[in-house]
Amino acid sequence: MISFNLLIFVSLAYVAFLFLVAFAAERRSAQGKTGWLRSSTIYTLSLSIYCTAWTFYGAVGYAARSGLEYLTIYLGPTLVMIGWWWLVRKLVRIGRTQRLTSIADLISSRYGKSTVLGVLVTVLAIVGTTPYIALQLQSVTQSIGVFAASSGETWLPRDLNSAAMWVAVGLAVFTVVFGTRNLDAHERHHGIVLAIAVEAVVKLFALMAVGIFVVWGIAGGVGPTLDLIDASAQSQWNPVSGRWIGLIFVSAGAFLCLPRMFQVLVVENSDERVLGTASWAFPAYLLLMSLFVMPIAVVGLDLMPEGSNPDLFVVTLPLSEGRQGLAILSFLGGFSSATSMVIVATLALATMVSNHIIVPSWLNARTPGAVVSGDVRRVVVISRRISIGVILAFGYIYFRLSGGGTALAVIGLVSFMGVVQVLPAMIGGVFWRGANRWGAGAGLIVGFTVWAWTNFLPSFGIDGAISQAVFEHGPFGIGWLRPQALFGITGMDPFVHALFWSMFLNTTAFMVVSILTFPNPLERLQGAQFVNVFDYSSGARTWSQSAAQAEDLLVMAQRILGGSVAQATFRAEAKSQGKAGFLPDVTPDFIGRLERELSGSVGAATAHAMIGQLTEGTMVSVEDLIAVADETAQIMEYSNELEAKSAEQERTARALLEANEKLTALSIQKDAFLSQISHELRTPMTSIRSFSDILRDSEVEDEARKRFAGIIHEESNRLTRLLDDLLDLGVLESGQVQLNMGQGSLADVLDRAVIASGADTGKLSILRKPGAEAILVQTDLDRLAQVFINLISNAAKYCASETPQLRITVREIDGETVVDFCDNGAGIPKESQSMIFEKFSRLEDEGKAGGAGLGLAICRQIMGALGGDVIYLPGQGGAAFRVTLPKTQALAAQ
Amino acid sequence: MGQRVLLIEDEPNIIEAISYILSKDGWTVHTHSDGETAMEKVMQGVPDLIILDVMLPGRSGYDILRDLKAQDATADVPVMMLTARGQAKDREMAIGLGATQFMTKPFSNADVLESVRALATP
Repeated sequence: MISFNLLIFVSLAYVAFLFLVAFAAERRSAQGKTGWLRSSTIYTLSLSIYCTAWTFYGAVGYAARSGLEYLTIYLGPTLVMIGWWWLVRKLVRIGRTQRLTSIADLISSRYGKSTVLGVLVTVLAIVGTTPYIALQLQSVTQSIGVFAASSGETWLPRDLNSAAMWVAVGLAVFTVVFGTRNLDAHERHHGIVLAIAVEAVVKLFALMAVGIFVVWGIAGGVGPTLDLIDASAQSQWNPVSGRWIGLIFVSAGAFLCLPRMFQVLVVENSDERVLGTASWAFPAYLLLMSLFVMPIAVVGLDLMPEGSNPDLFVVTLPLSEGRQGLAILSFLGGFSSATSMVIVATLALATMVSNHIIVPSWLNARTPGAVVSGDVRRVVVISRRISIGVILAFGYIYFRLSGGGTALAVIGLVSFMGVVQVLPAMIGGVFWRGANRWGAGAGLIVGFTVWAWTNFLPSFGIDGAISQAVFEHGPFGIGWLRPQALFGITGMDPFVHALFWSMFLNTTAFMVVSILTFPNPLERLQGAQFVNVFDYSSGARTWSQSAAQAEDLLVMAQRILGGSVAQATFRAEAKSQGKAGFLPDVTPDFIGRLERELSGSVGAATAHAMIGQLTEGTMVSVEDLIAVADETAQIMEYSNELEAKSAEQERTARALLEANEKLTALSIQKDAFLSQISHELRTPMTSIRSFSDILRDSEVEDEARKRFAGIIHEESNRLTRLLDDLLDLGVLESGQVQLNMGQGSLADVLDRAVIASGADTGKLSILRKPGAEAILVQTDLDRLAQVFINLISNAAKYCASETPQLRITVREIDGETVVDFCDNGAGIPKESQSMIFEKFSRLEDEGKAGGAGLGLAICRQIMGALGGDVIYLPGQGGAAFRVTLPKTQALAAQ
Repeated sequence: MGQRVLLIEDEPNIIEAISYILSKDGWTVHTHSDGETAMEKVMQGVPDLIILDVMLPGRSGYDILRDLKAQDATADVPVMMLTARGQAKDREMAIGLGATQFMTKPFSNADVLESVRALATP
């Protein structure tokens, strides 16, 4: 007989091989070579974790006990993949755009990031999956037991239990190593996926090998096998239609709702195009898996001694025929089925537990706003590792408590019906915008309660969890609450009864409560994005590069802030990170700044809702944000439509808009002016303050002391002049200037100006023609002199010639007196000529001359008040200004 | 000490004041008063600290700051921005662009000294 040690050796070698496969895949993906890891073949094979040990061992047992009914378990997923592939595609698209990490995340996210719903679904999933994990441990242990018995070694139940425990520990290690190795924001695990793909091949190969051996090696070919089947009771076509429909429905629903299926179907999917292949390839896989179930069952019943467990025919048949190699292969197939299911289910559940229970509690326990991303990562990883251990421990404990006696298929069906309670909230969530969290919560609680009462608790048998009295008379004697005859309706198959009432009440509660209550705004937005996911996202895109994230943040910011502002913001951020271009790293700091920027445009609440998704413990989903931005735009469009209904409103709106624009323009001007004044006042104050600090705080040599005091004096004068100018300009601009009209000679005014400007003692030589200046003017002579002083001082300050000259020419043109001031400097560049009369328009390179840039503005105001003008004369060689006096004020001197 | 400070500022009196107090404190002060050529000046010898005025002739201090932060050689040099437009948004702008310190004119000499010591001493 086969050596038991050989079996253990082969198993360990197989496990080591799986470790190698997973490790190699992780390495390839770390190097960015994910091409074939994301292929449709790998994806299809990974879906085969639907076929667990239940399918591998249990289907034969099911067929042996209940005939063709086992086919329903394959028909459900087949119908989903072939007929409902569009639903799967929608789920995959939503999963990617929303960065969903689990089925609990889907429900929570769809219903406005509801924490309560996330916890609820997580708990349901754990309750539903724990028996299932126990089932896998049980099947592995039973098959080991078969080999132990056949090798004649003495095995105590204790040894079987410890075998189960070691299997559980091994699986925990594998899942921790490859499931929490690196925290990928997408929750994709190439190592695990490739390992389960390999296991999918092994289990299919093993089952088919056993099948081929049974058909051709034992029964003697296809013909005799078919005869055998025809003669057996199992092949009788007597479907109980209610049961068949119910079973197909449950397996189809479970295919979508099982946490492990959601993990491989949606979360691990990185390219929705592979769905096309999977939609026919996976049903083909199921077909091959189911092909030999009936022959094995019938031949097994025929050959094996009375009372042998049909769940184990796949192993015991080859063993009884002395085919030890085939038996070991078959064992490895079953082992693969069990381990792949446990690994993915544990991983999916651990993700749910950490994301929906542990991390939110941890975040709540901390002071708000103090979230450090590094901390979160550590908490997530640790909580996930602990969760994996705890979930497997649950499975092991359930296995010990249940005693491993129940038929595999029964445990499987109970589990299926439990997780299918999520289906109404899921389907409603992706197709019905009116669905809301209250409805989803009500449906889940009602459905789960009814399932527990009518299916889960009764599965422990009469007097197991529910006493016989309650079965017969209902709790507290309330007859219509009997677990297998709710509302007094008797005579239904218990499975159909439980399924009908749980789904009916679940769906009813979900819809009625959804209709009666109102969703919150975030829920509304999420609802729109789930239901209309194909409008919000286009094409197949991957989010693996951080550059792509920054780019899409930029796209979103441009929609809200406008192109130039958004680009400037991103560019500044990129530069501050030391990167060229427009795409900075997406750091928490940057996200925070971006939120503030956005809140200026869309309001703090919306911006927070958009950015606030960050705090959910996963990375920000950029497409979320874009979708919210689109939604905002739609809401604005909608309000525009309403506005258009009333012409009056529209007119008012336009008037308001114009007024607002004017105010904004004025306020911008005012801001610029104040900022400029601030600068002009603070500059001399800086020197004064600094030098007075020096004089006060330290010993300074006499010479320096004098110099510093001189600077303080000079800067104080500058300040005073500036204030005078400002006040002057203020008065002039307000139009309330008092003119002191008088009569005088233009020559006298010019004389005064030359002296007052100090130009007569400086380097600048002034050329005048006294004859032409003998003109009598009627005006405010002081103000006119002020204009002249300004122009002469400017020439003195800015004329950059070696031998600076200023030519003052007085002329009469068309009866107007004009006074031209032309120097021999570089002149004023053409592009600046139009600006020099504006306030603070000091030319850049003239800064050292110390003016505040108010002089020419004052001149223009004064000449305006006097009824004349001052302009810049281009093309005169140097800088040239022309002052024009109005006719009435110029009188020829006698 | 003896570390090098580059002061980029266009007001002669302010240049004199800052140079005086820093030199007295043991720093080697280089000055430059034009925005346009400021980057060339920095590249001639990367200083241990840059004091940078915002409103410079030729080129704004913010533009110079962006250039400083974008180049490997100067990205790590602490920059103390000086501005006479003491509005909050100027401070945000400066810090957002990567300035290490931001000072509004007029400043107290003690503050300048304290900041310079804090920024440039290892």
